[in-house]
Amino acid sequence: MSIVNAADHAANPAHLDTSTGLDNRKMAFWTFIGSECLLFGSLIATYLAYKGRSLTGPLPHAGRTLGGQESQGILDIPLTSLSTFVLLMSSLGMVLALAAVQRADRKGAILWLFTTAGLGLVFLGFQAYEFNHFYHAGLTLQTNLFGSTFFLLTGFHGAHVFVGVIYLSTLGMLAVKNQLGPERSMSVEIAGLYWHFVDVIWIVIFALVYLIK
Amino acid sequence: MASTATVAAPHAHAAAPHTETGVWSWITTVDHKRIGILYFFSSIFYFLVGGIEALFIRTQLIVPENNFISADTYNQMFTQHALTMIFLALMPLTAAFFNYIVPLQIGARDVAFPRLNALSYWVYFFGGLMLLFAAVTKMAPNVGWFAYAPITERQYNPGPNVDFYVLGLQIVGLSSILAGINFIVTILNMRAPGMRLMRMPIFTWMVLITQVLIVTAMAVFTIAITQLMFDRMFGTTFFDPARGGDPLVWQHLFWMFGHPEVYILIIPIFGIISEVIPTFSRKPLFGYNVMVFASVLIGWLGWGVWSHHMFAVGLGPIADAFFALSTMLIAIPTGIKIFNWIGTMWGGSIRFTTSMLYAVAFIAMFTLGGISGVMHSVAPSDLQQTDTYFVVAHIHYVFFGGTVLGLFSGIYYWFPKIFGRLLDEKLGKIHFVGTLAGMNLAFFPMHFLGMYGQPRRTFTYPGDLGWNWMNFLSTMGAYLMALSTLVLVWNVIRSLRKGAIAGDNPWGAATLEWSIPSPPPVYNFRDIPMVHSRMPLWEADANKEPGIPHGKVAEDVNSITVGGTQVGEIEYPDSESKMSAHDLGIHLPPPSYWPVILAFGILMTFGSLIFRNLDGALHNLWFLSVAGVLLVAVSIFKWAFEPGH
Repeated sequence: MSIVNAADHAANPAHLDTSTGLDNRKMAFWTFIGSECLLFGSLIATYLAYKGRSLTGPLPHAGRTLGGQESQGILDIPLTSLSTFVLLMSSLGMVLALAAVQRADRKGAILWLFTTAGLGLVFLGFQAYEFNHFYHAGLTLQTNLFGSTFFLLTGFHGAHVFVGVIYLSTLGMLAVKNQLGPERSMSVEIAGLYWHFVDVIWIVIFALVYLIK
Repeated sequence: MASTATVAAPHAHAAAPHTETGVWSWITTVDHKRIGILYFFSSIFYFLVGGIEALFIRTQLIVPENNFISADTYNQMFTQHALTMIFLALMPLTAAFFNYIVPLQIGARDVAFPRLNALSYWVYFFGGLMLLFAAVTKMAPNVGWFAYAPITERQYNPGPNVDFYVLGLQIVGLSSILAGINFIVTILNMRAPGMRLMRMPIFTWMVLITQVLIVTAMAVFTIAITQLMFDRMFGTTFFDPARGGDPLVWQHLFWMFGHPEVYILIIPIFGIISEVIPTFSRKPLFGYNVMVFASVLIGWLGWGVWSHHMFAVGLGPIADAFFALSTMLIAIPTGIKIFNWIGTMWGGSIRFTTSMLYAVAFIAMFTLGGISGVMHSVAPSDLQQTDTYFVVAHIHYVFFGGTVLGLFSGIYYWFPKIFGRLLDEKLGKIHFVGTLAGMNLAFFPMHFLGMYGQPRRTFTYPGDLGWNWMNFLSTMGAYLMALSTLVLVWNVIRSLRKGAIAGDNPWGAATLEWSIPSPPPVYNFRDIPMVHSRMPLWEADANKEPGIPHGKVAEDVNSITVGGTQVGEIEYPDSESKMSAHDLGIHLPPPSYWPVILAFGILMTFGSLIFRNLDGALHNLWFLSVAGVLLVAVSIFKWAFEPGH
């Protein structure tokens, strides 16, 4: 090693040797999240562009259809509010998991990582129930534009939650094997970035799809 | 006071340099320089493929009522020509320069994520093979590169052609996004000490802007082709007007990607030109700051003008006026850049090497393409020009007169750094004259053909419309370009073996990549350099200060400085010995085969979906898709827990 590197090490023992002081992986993840915003943005834009068109089959909200018939809305807002609450609580679990890893609290880390993943699974369970219910009520991908846009948007989000559940479970298994000390808290922090992003996007989807008629 | 410590020179290895050779070492490499070379040769290969496709198109149009190829083959050829050139030749060729040059310019040992870099290459490689497979089996996309709905819907296009478009581009796009994230982090985070953002070489700046455009624009395109895939495979109705879908939504999503894509292809070229012109004019770039801000502005405006591709669909006067004005605005920063390049040459001592000739030709030709672009921004005249050969002329002056000429300039400029040997200047000038004459012969008459009403994407035309001689000229130009490209290929092959030895800095250029031997050692920089200015090598010359350690390899003794103070002296062996990284105590990431396996898993997952749509024994190989998903999952886990990274 050269003297320059040795001098650097003395000046900066924390090894924050990037130009911005931000960890490479963390910056990569922020960039990835930026890209994800455009992905979800395009899906949401398509949903909004097609809102209220192709009025055949089950509709999202109660209202008049073309024949003057009052149709029943298919979206169950109280139920989805519950699943939204579950998902938002999982973000709290994520914060507690990170705090536990940072203070070398192995039991807490295991508890909160698996709790967060578990709440994600519960959310997915709600979504599976909802999709199944819609399918039996006659709403599929092919039925109308609402079906196409709704299933693609929420399904895409559900896939992200699913990936997050695997991600957090892997970290949880590392904690069980005692390989997730405070020196690797950056891994948990980055997983947290992902998880919070997925939650935030759900708030947008919930508001735009479920709450606005 | 300078305290001087003498460090013993490490022993130079008597054995061969510590560089692996062989096919396996190239497959498993995570070295940004090797990945850059892989990108280089792959994209040159696809450039030739795209050129052959162009020759099919031009040969069909050489005389009226020609029967050289059928209408359906013609459709496949013009679609495939565009896809090959944009996604498999030009973008990867710029990526070759990003990979090879950017870490050297910013004084880094590698990119931020070396294995991710390898993954990007292999994903591109397999995606390219898939599109090539479609072309040679006559199943290529046949709907134009913008794949307008509803002709892409299953009922109008039942064959596998559009599936290749949807899945092939999904794979290639994934590669671009991964590489984009990697390079944004590399440029922002891995700069040598002292290299502030406004001291970054201009090429690196342009790469940064390009990558921001890639990670945003490609994301929109990913969703567009996912929706198209759902329409075709799972019966959704996003773009099917018969069931309430709206083809305009496809157009908006496509052009929100498609217009930034033009800038993705041209902004790196601005960077190459801005390196070449100062080097061969022996003057610093005129108006560096303005150049940077103009490019950021171009990138930003590039996002806000997508609907100027859609004047003819009837968006209404307000939308048309907005997009006409925003499009015209782009001419301002672009004009600033052109005047800055001319200002750089003004009063400089200019050397017309082949690289410089291409750079100057770029300015002229790209300006022509830009002017016809401004003509398109005027909505009423666009209504006359749209879907005629005028548009074809415009896009080729931008993509060939802009991107390709700029890339040629870059090839002649950086080839000596990459391979250690100079390209032959005499062959280079033959290549230059042939290319420039060929492109103008091929594309200039198209302006008039367009004005006389020849529609694009039509496989033949009647003989009594006065178009014949111009089409003939245009085809001759295409053949001339093809011949000159062969001169380049010959030049590359010949110079790899017999070219003149380049030395560290054959052009007397100013940026960091020229401070180290050509080709650079596997670890790039023995010591990470300190940067005090925008043009470190010229600065070191001017002040007679010790510059970058490797820049002085010819001398026996060199200095190490910290913050401008000399703190040590070190004896260097000569550059030929190329000591191994291990002997220098530099830790480089070990090779890995998981990137190529993961990329293959992605190909299996997406590629086997196409067989849903084929007849016979290959019908519906869904289990291959499942196997692909499993392979991806296993690779990700092995990747994540691979030791040594």
